[in-house]
Amino acid sequence: MARIEAEVGKPQGGLMKWIDDRFPFTETMKYHVTEYYAAKSFNWWYIFGVLAMVVLVIQLVTGVFLTMNYKPSADEAFASVEYIMRDVEWGWLIRYMHSTGASFFFIVVYLHMFRAMLYGSYKKPRELIWIIGMLIFFVLMAEGFAGYLLPWGQMSYWGAQVIISLFGAIPGIGDALVEFIRGDYSISDITLNRFFALHVIVLPLSLIGLIFVHIVALHHVGSNNPDGIEIKEHKGPDGIPLDGVPFHPHHTTKDLVGIIVFLMLFTGVVFFAPEMGGMFLEHSNFEPANMTATPEHIAPVWYYTPYYAILRAVPSKLWGFILFAIAVVLPLFLPWLDRARVKSIRYRGWMYKTALTTFVISFVALGYLGLQAATDAYVMAARFFAVLYFMFFLLMPYYTSIDKTKPVPDRVKYHE
Amino acid sequence: MSEDDVDRIDRNRRHFLTVATVVTGAVGAGFAAIPFLSSLQPSARAQALGAPVEVPIGSLEPGELIRVLWRGRLVFVLRRDEGMLARLQESLDNLRDPNSEVVEQQPDYAANETRSVKPEYLVVEGSCTHLGCAPLEDFEVRPSENWGGGFFCPCHGSKFDLAGRVSKGVPAPTNLRVPPHRFVRDDLILIGQDTGAT
Amino acid sequence: MNKLKMLRPTIAMAALFISLQGFAAGGGAELESADIDPDNISSLQRGARNFMNYCSGCHSAQYVRFNTIGKYLELSEEQLVDNLMFNAEKTFETIQASMPSDDAARWYGTAPPDMSLMARAKGADYIYNFLKGFHLDADSPTGVDNIVLVGTSMPHVLWELQGYQKTIYSEHVETREDGSTTTTHEFVGFEHVTTGSMEAEEFDDFVRDTVNFLAYISEPIRSERRKLGVWVLMYLIVFWVIAVMLKKQIWKDVK
Repeated sequence: MARIEAEVGKPQGGLMKWIDDRFPFTETMKYHVTEYYAAKSFNWWYIFGVLAMVVLVIQLVTGVFLTMNYKPSADEAFASVEYIMRDVEWGWLIRYMHSTGASFFFIVVYLHMFRAMLYGSYKKPRELIWIIGMLIFFVLMAEGFAGYLLPWGQMSYWGAQVIISLFGAIPGIGDALVEFIRGDYSISDITLNRFFALHVIVLPLSLIGLIFVHIVALHHVGSNNPDGIEIKEHKGPDGIPLDGVPFHPHHTTKDLVGIIVFLMLFTGVVFFAPEMGGMFLEHSNFEPANMTATPEHIAPVWYYTPYYAILRAVPSKLWGFILFAIAVVLPLFLPWLDRARVKSIRYRGWMYKTALTTFVISFVALGYLGLQAATDAYVMAARFFAVLYFMFFLLMPYYTSIDKTKPVPDRVKYHE
Repeated sequence: MSEDDVDRIDRNRRHFLTVATVVTGAVGAGFAAIPFLSSLQPSARAQALGAPVEVPIGSLEPGELIRVLWRGRLVFVLRRDEGMLARLQESLDNLRDPNSEVVEQQPDYAANETRSVKPEYLVVEGSCTHLGCAPLEDFEVRPSENWGGGFFCPCHGSKFDLAGRVSKGVPAPTNLRVPPHRFVRDDLILIGQDTGAT
Repeated sequence: MNKLKMLRPTIAMAALFISLQGFAAGGGAELESADIDPDNISSLQRGARNFMNYCSGCHSAQYVRFNTIGKYLELSEEQLVDNLMFNAEKTFETIQASMPSDDAARWYGTAPPDMSLMARAKGADYIYNFLKGFHLDADSPTGVDNIVLVGTSMPHVLWELQGYQKTIYSEHVETREDGSTTTTHEFVGFEHVTTGSMEAEEFDDFVRDTVNFLAYISEPIRSERRKLGVWVLMYLIVFWVIAVMLKKQIWKDVK
């Protein structure tokens, strides 16, 4: 046996003991890092949680430096962004990292959520992790939305105009609510200023708090794995799960490999295609906000378009808003909609596999349609895929309970 | 090879790779920090706004002081009269650095008796070398106080003479700084640049 | 096996990108390609001269500093002052229009827009076709209209170089079943009414250089970021190799 013990977190005397008597440093490190055991059978779908943390750090750091040069006022915002892009040393890099990071945040989070759906990570005992995760997703959507107004370009302005107006659909209080959100009779300097406050203080703080709770909950119940087995149920004589390996050094070194691959893609975009063909930085946003002219083609940034397509597909303002909101919130209920006895897709029957595939196709299709101009054909297509989207969730209690599952093994399947 | 040998080789290799990874990562992080730290330096706009300023001195009377801003910093331009110039030679014992030996405090061409390019015209930064307050001018001669006129800092009482030289026994450590400057014409000073074209 | 497993999520990510790029590509009117070469410094120099001579009377480029241009276009301070800086004194100044924009707004109805970011907002091809697309229109107060931006309030500034042209339409008459007809007109091209001082190709090059310059000022850092990106990627590849070796070593004994 050439098993090498982890070096970090060994009990020590001296300074470490002094600290540990006053703050549970070693204990915390053990609990969360060196003696946190996760299945050795993790595949690369399990990288996206860590990547989300990486993007969060990128956004926080670049965000702080942008804040040092950005001016949240209708008169100066657009010019201050160009000031960052041209006059501040390396400002262009910091700004591109932040704008690219926004899109990557959603790419990573969507794939992270998809991983949970693949392997049933939201099922008992991880329901709360999933719910907290969904809350993180909601805050992230708000964060992205508030942030998108800040450059004060045409798309910033009109995108915000459209989305804020959505709330006007709520009967009775709608108009008053819209005015309350804007703080003015139209989107103005006042709106920009408060969105800035939300974007740099309120929402990031909530985000960090929720992510902290997300991880505490995760480490309390333990990570799921591609087989959907509880590794804690099979422990060796030393009390260590037989199928587990410590987070450090095993998962950290593996994650590092994934992080570097991620950084290649990320820097690839930052350095070679920061606009991503108008997807990450929209062309109209290089024109300053103009209250007298809407751009010809207006679409939200790509990460909102699946929901936006659903909104547009409904020929009623109120119902469009309601279905839009339901589409966003619906995944929150997955832990209770899913009646299957197994977690992982590996042991599910054809029905769930078909349903999940259909869901992915309809989500991507809606995302595509939300970017296009709303022609009749596209709206019809959006309706079709929106129905599929809702059916995935609403029929889930039925098809998951009759779906024929395969027997789940006792121990994880591991090929290395 | 025994199992122990394999163990040892593994441990060495592992140690080497750990160090290599940490070092490579640290180098990358170091490089990644450069843009962020550099972004804190004065931007192109700050540099543009901090460009040299022209100060017309044609109408400056002997004994008159004007205040100008260069890079947002206060600069005194004083046209000294003959009495003032004469008093620069007096009570040198009371000064900490009468011969302008602290080189950072003035360009070479101002490291002379009058600390100026032309004896008449004093150009100094109005920023006390103690903690940066703006000194006040006080040109009244009061022999009883051993005061031949000069600058007085209201914050902590530092005193400077009519060439911006610091007195002994005050908190300010060095003479007032002479900014780079040159005479474009007899009646025009350019502050912020000493050589080259405009 | 491991490689394959890593591939799947990576492919998922890559696929997302490619599809995103694809989404973005769709749409847009048919524009002749401007075919600019951002690395051609002499083209950019000519473009800068064209811009300062023909455009900067009315159009500012308020975020662009002369010294930034000078550095990239390999122009000395003297060359900048002599050839480009007609209404600026210091090289760190930005490009301001000679005509105050309030006056311009009064003359033309709308203020001539700032050009700093026009190429990023509209695309180089759009500007290229716009500048070539002025044609005679008796109903317009400026005497011309534009095929790309119909109803533009901009006059045909480059008429001396290009001359005046008019539009040629082909006529399609469609007869419905009930015998009624609809006529549609399709734009097929331009025809010169008066010739300018430049040959057609010469004028194309003139516009191309100008557009090249506009594309450059819309993102002056473009070429630097691409150069830097290569180094960053090379570093990441080295780091990746080391990280993979470490990972394998650490996971060696996991059975």
